Amino acid sequence: MIEAIGLTKRYGRTVAVDDLSFTVQPGRVTGFLGPNGAGKSTTMRMILGLDRPTAGRVLIDGKPYTELHRPLRTVGALLDAKWVHPNRSARAHLKWLAVSNGLPAKRVDAVLEAVGLTQVASKKAGGFSLGMSQRLGIAAALLGDPRVLLFDEPVNGLDPEGILWIRTFMQNLAAEGRTVLVSSHLLSEMALTASELVVIGKGKLISQGSTSEFIDRSTGNSVLVRSPQLFKLGPLLVDKGFTVRDGADGALSVSGATSDQIGDIAAANGVVLHELSPQRGSLEEAFMQLTGDAVEYHAEIGK
Amino acid sequence: MTLLAVERIKLFSTRSPYWCTALAIAMSVGFAALLAANADHVGVGLTQAGTRLALVVVLVLGALAVTTEYRFSTIRATFLAVPGRTSALVAKTVVVALVAGVIGEIAAFGSWAIAKVIKPSADLAINTSAEWRTVAGVGLTFAIGAILAIAVGILVRQTAGAVAILLVWSMLAENLVGLIPKVGVKIQAWLPFMNSDNFLAGDSPAGADGEAAGGVVFKLSHWGSLGYFAGIAVALLVVALVVAKRRDA
Repeated sequence: MIEAIGLTKRYGRTVAVDDLSFTVQPGRVTGFLGPNGAGKSTTMRMILGLDRPTAGRVLIDGKPYTELHRPLRTVGALLDAKWVHPNRSARAHLKWLAVSNGLPAKRVDAVLEAVGLTQVASKKAGGFSLGMSQRLGIAAALLGDPRVLLFDEPVNGLDPEGILWIRTFMQNLAAEGRTVLVSSHLLSEMALTASELVVIGKGKLISQGSTSEFIDRSTGNSVLVRSPQLFKLGPLLVDKGFTVRDGADGALSVSGATSDQIGDIAAANGVVLHELSPQRGSLEEAFMQLTGDAVEYHAEIGK
Repeated sequence: MTLLAVERIKLFSTRSPYWCTALAIAMSVGFAALLAANADHVGVGLTQAGTRLALVVVLVLGALAVTTEYRFSTIRATFLAVPGRTSALVAKTVVVALVAGVIGEIAAFGSWAIAKVIKPSADLAINTSAEWRTVAGVGLTFAIGAILAIAVGILVRQTAGAVAILLVWSMLAENLVGLIPKVGVKIQAWLPFMNSDNFLAGDSPAGADGEAAGGVVFKLSHWGSLGYFAGIAVALLVVALVVAKRRDA
């Protein structure tokens, strides 16, 4: 479990992370979502003891990272796939990491196998493609068979095959009961990967909860109703306290109600329905709406 | 011990240490060969002239051992694996200093040997303790130089900056100080690389006043100079370790 308590990071007068508190539970993939510059990477560096918080603290299974004995056995992290000496072979890179935490040499071969890099293990890491570098980074994270895993934008720049591989990989890790925190600026990606979301903007917590809840809440759930008897159905829905607006082509757009509720009301009153379809705003729209005030660098969308 | 093994793997799994080692030894031995072939009178001290150049290469090696870690962010991977930054950096310093010491001994005795081969007639027997100090002491100055270079590397973090500082400092700055009228040579007596050179200098024929060529009057004995050089290097390293611990990685 990861626990952030009042985490704050200031660089001079700029506040990168502002009084951020959240928890990451084991057994599921938790998405760490926010626009670019929201403070995701800074937060992850503070979790890992690389940056010092200006205020607050963050605990991993109850301890600060810097107090963990042989930390790679507890926490595995992939912050940047390029954190490798380009002239060092993949195996040598993993070997020094393994030795530093008293891990047996066979773990190196095991993780190379797990990420599919056995063939190129003695090649220099500098010649790796982004996808291969990412795999090497994941191999390094898995080296100590840790209970807690952190990935910072792991799918950035990957091809669809690589994205799918990483997504499945992370879900499998969580299914094994590990704590998995994955950052991303793409809600659509997180919707597919994470079951829990911690959303931040401009360093502040916007929401924490399940992904489906977040999407429902932020996209608003309106239902499009088409019927030859709308004159009868409309007032009934208004009586129930739902908001009813005229939609396109003489249909009604009902918000605040589920399609189940509307269908039940229609049946109970003998109203014929031609269409009953839940409408979802795009995830991106919802995300923009929520984090709109919290985006650090605005660009006017051309009209 | 674990951390020493880690730093050893890291150092020897890249190419630059091999290049620096080869270059340092080739330079000092090559220089000794040239001098032995051309000089009329070859003494033990003269065979070591090239090691001063090799020292500069070793300084570069020491700085690179740290700055490449910052450049490729492997220092972050290191601090993730070993959150006690001080112990990780001390281990690196020990490994690099040991390697530098070995390079120094090979360079020194290699230079002496090549001179002996080229000029078998010259008196190159290492007899006195001063002669032993001049030759075998090279490794000590290389090890201390490496500590100093690592400290500069940790503080500056960039290869170009760290290497420039070390080159200018060891090759130029300390000599230029001597140009300051009157006080220049007095200051020089307390500069680290000057003291390193003083440690390696033979006993001056003038006797106990310790006056070396160039007019610098050292207040310290040869071994005192070595201790002083080591003290400066360790002090700088301590500053660097404190900074590294406080700084965001």
